[in-house]
Amino acid sequence: MGLVEGDPKILGVWGMRNDQHTGRTRVPGNREGTWDGFWTLLTRYLGIYTVLWRNSVMREMSFKLNFVLWIVAEMMWFALQLCFMNVLYSHTESIAGWSKWEVVLLVGCSHFIQQLFTALFLSNVTELSELIRTGRLDFLLLLPVNARFLISFRKVDLGAFVNAATAVGVIIYALIQLNQVPRIVQVVVFLLLCLVGTFIHYSLVFLLATVSFWTVRAQGIIWGYYNLFNIARLPDTAFRGFYKVVFTFVLPILLVSNVPARWLSEKSGSLASVGLLVVMALACFGMSEAAWRYSLRHYTSASS
Amino acid sequence: MRKYLHVFEIGLQNTLVYRVNFLFRAAFGLIPLAGTLFLWEAIYSGKPAGASVAAYSLSQMMSYYLILTVVDTFTVVAEDDWQIAADIREGTISQFLLRPINYLGYRLSLYLAGRTIYSLVALIPAGLFIIYQREYLVGPASVELLLLTIPATLLAGILQFVMAYATALLAFWVLDVSTFIFIAFAVEYLASGHLFPLDILPAGIQQVLHYTPYPYLLYFPVGIYLGRFSWPQVWEGFAMQCLWVCIAFALARWVWSKGIRKYSAFGG
Repeated sequence: MGLVEGDPKILGVWGMRNDQHTGRTRVPGNREGTWDGFWTLLTRYLGIYTVLWRNSVMREMSFKLNFVLWIVAEMMWFALQLCFMNVLYSHTESIAGWSKWEVVLLVGCSHFIQQLFTALFLSNVTELSELIRTGRLDFLLLLPVNARFLISFRKVDLGAFVNAATAVGVIIYALIQLNQVPRIVQVVVFLLLCLVGTFIHYSLVFLLATVSFWTVRAQGIIWGYYNLFNIARLPDTAFRGFYKVVFTFVLPILLVSNVPARWLSEKSGSLASVGLLVVMALACFGMSEAAWRYSLRHYTSASS
Repeated sequence: MRKYLHVFEIGLQNTLVYRVNFLFRAAFGLIPLAGTLFLWEAIYSGKPAGASVAAYSLSQMMSYYLILTVVDTFTVVAEDDWQIAADIREGTISQFLLRPINYLGYRLSLYLAGRTIYSLVALIPAGLFIIYQREYLVGPASVELLLLTIPATLLAGILQFVMAYATALLAFWVLDVSTFIFIAFAVEYLASGHLFPLDILPAGIQQVLHYTPYPYLLYFPVGIYLGRFSWPQVWEGFAMQCLWVCIAFALARWVWSKGIRKYSAFGG
């Protein structure tokens, strides 16, 4: 990228620092822990997030062609996945108890969650190793904002929201083919479950990203996570043994989109797995927070 | 020729640094592979015992993916296209214009060196995985076909490289080629047989793909190993593969000569 494109990392940070809004609402130290303090804190962080959003919109709009091309590229990969399933189902009626349109629904859910994750977190988290390597992390640590918040939310990828919308289109089409009209409660819970799934992706990638505190070239490990997106869209009942245990209870990728898809299509066994999904999400976040704090304690800057 | 051998040696030493990265990459790559295998197992278990899908038995289908992994390890273009684009964008390509070395030859030497190291590293996890799945692995259809898999893999690698090279040269015209690389990769992923063997597709689509270079990037060598082709088809396949390599080389040279006229050496 370099300076030609207006290095987004620098823009993001400077946009923050120069903006008057961030300094406006300061939290009085003695009120922390009370409800009042909580609301001040919340509005302050929401204020910061608004500024970060505005920055992202401006940045994305300065590369319009690229913006559109990325959307096209992601759509092609989505079409590819659907095509794969279509070819499989041209040779079989059901896979491990899932019918064709149930699997299409699942692929749609998986894409929806993955795109939400991309929109909100992906580039931020993968850039952590770059921040460490260049020493720019120091700069972020000095700001009077929670450092993890800033690292995780610096940029928003707007194109991914467009792709998430195409995924919604596919989900609706699959529901029509399945002849199902979900109730309002079902849709609301489904959306919440998708957010929980996004949160699991985020926690796991963040956990992997903290490895970059210890080795300079952790990029490969983080991108390795891309492979895990690939199994999130496969029906959970196809898996057995050790593999299933690992990807349910250690890296709960098989829960991320299977649980919301089951919930929406009213496939059996959804209620217990909803509980499991939430518990695993909290566990993953806890792990990533522990790794983050531990790494930060052992952080010696790269630049000085 | 000697200077390219030298580049090859330097490439070996440079990529050796990334061996741990390669190991992770290869190991992570086995996760979706195992996922696909589970999916196929589930499909076959839903059918009567001994049933086949488009003339593939369960072990043949599983072997398709296992052999594909090996061929892919030998041929995949990993970092080369990104590096080429970066060379152009950052102006480092200027030095090649001044030296008596051909950039395509230079890059090809680096690609071959990178593949050598990557294969040596990646075959450890891949080999262990294949041993673990050995009950499904079918042997080559015959010794002759096994031997023919080798040149087919080599040509597939060169074709993959030259196509990626030509795509990366778009960096002469656009600032960020990564989107083009991703779109090209998506097409290739499907049409080269990476997702599934191409002969399970409807006949019409197979016919269309037959006239594109894509089947010769992966499907052809794997298909030879599994004995999916008759002898006339094998020889025709080799002829087509060679033809596409020549076309890709000509195209790459043409794009290069156009691009170099457009090039204005930012920061160089």
